[in-house]
Amino acid sequence: MTTILTPTGEHDVATRDGLWMSAADAEKVTGWTLKPEGMCRAELCVPLPASAVRGADVDVAAFWTKLGGPAIASEAGDVWALGAPADDRNHALEGLMAPDFTLPDVDGVPRSLSQLRGTKVFLATWASW
Amino acid sequence: MWQTLYDELKDKGFMVVAVAEESRGAEHARPWIDQARAGSLSSYWQLIDTEHRLEDLYNLVNVPQAVWIDERGRIVRPPETAGSTDHFRRMDLSTRTMSAADQAARLAARQAYLDAVREWVNTGLHAMPPDVARARLPKVTPEIAEARARFRLGVWLRGHDRADEGDRQMAEASRLHPDSWSMWRQARDLEEVGKASGPDFWKRVQALGNRPYYPPPKL
Repeated sequence: MTTILTPTGEHDVATRDGLWMSAADAEKVTGWTLKPEGMCRAELCVPLPASAVRGADVDVAAFWTKLGGPAIASEAGDVWALGAPADDRNHALEGLMAPDFTLPDVDGVPRSLSQLRGTKVFLATWASW
Repeated sequence: MWQTLYDELKDKGFMVVAVAEESRGAEHARPWIDQARAGSLSSYWQLIDTEHRLEDLYNLVNVPQAVWIDERGRIVRPPETAGSTDHFRRMDLSTRTMSAADQAARLAARQAYLDAVREWVNTGLHAMPPDVARARLPKVTPEIAEARARFRLGVWLRGHDRADEGDRQMAEASRLHPDSWSMWRQARDLEEVGKASGPDFWKRVQALGNRPYYPPPKL
């Protein structure tokens, strides 16, 4: 099993030769679905090079790189981090809609920014260090 | 730090969301949180962000930074320093004290920032028009995106008894995104509590020269 860290989650999936995995696992990890046109999400499809598809398997590292996102492997290749593409982040921020997130409060209760629609929110960071 | 503001404005459609960028987790942050809310009847959200996800989403580089979000969920002030100043850079390191003048200036700057938040809640002042807000957004580069992924991997590795490899990923993250104090200081803190404000921190601050550690908000 390989552990894959995405911007919003963590997944354990069966992989081989890097990040080759079944299309079903690829969808679970990335949210993109393998179709004849390429990898698709909603109306958008990103064509894949022939070398990144083999039957019902996908090279997710190649797909992620094509998206423009960093795909970083641990030294043993057992843990990968798939980061958000820079363009995605810039595009979301330039739209000025505050990106939603869900984080646990100090007692473990999940809280989402979107629950606060209708109030002004002062969102501030801090740290003990 | 924000409890007074919250107590004063909470009945005016206002909420504070304080996010601890704390890879050591909730229990490490709890004493500060308990102290902040001691004696208050209700509290604002105190969230724990072990992987610095908020910094990834909003392109943040230091603490404290704040983003102002209006009732419709729109950013009306992009990330900026939230009430802190660079006066600490002039403090006497042997006694860890600042001059009286610097202490006063520091307090006045913090007060001015808190007053700006009050004015925003009460009158809408200080909210930026969309084009101004957009122009002030710091840009995410491919290097920053890679640094975030490496930092995330580093936190994971450190949490799974692979500290040396985690440190290597975090060092690479700081090399790719040297402007992020959060990544650099969090990595030092994971090595050893206290190291984030040790001699290496002061050396790094000095290397800024004339550049700010806490760029002042343009109110």
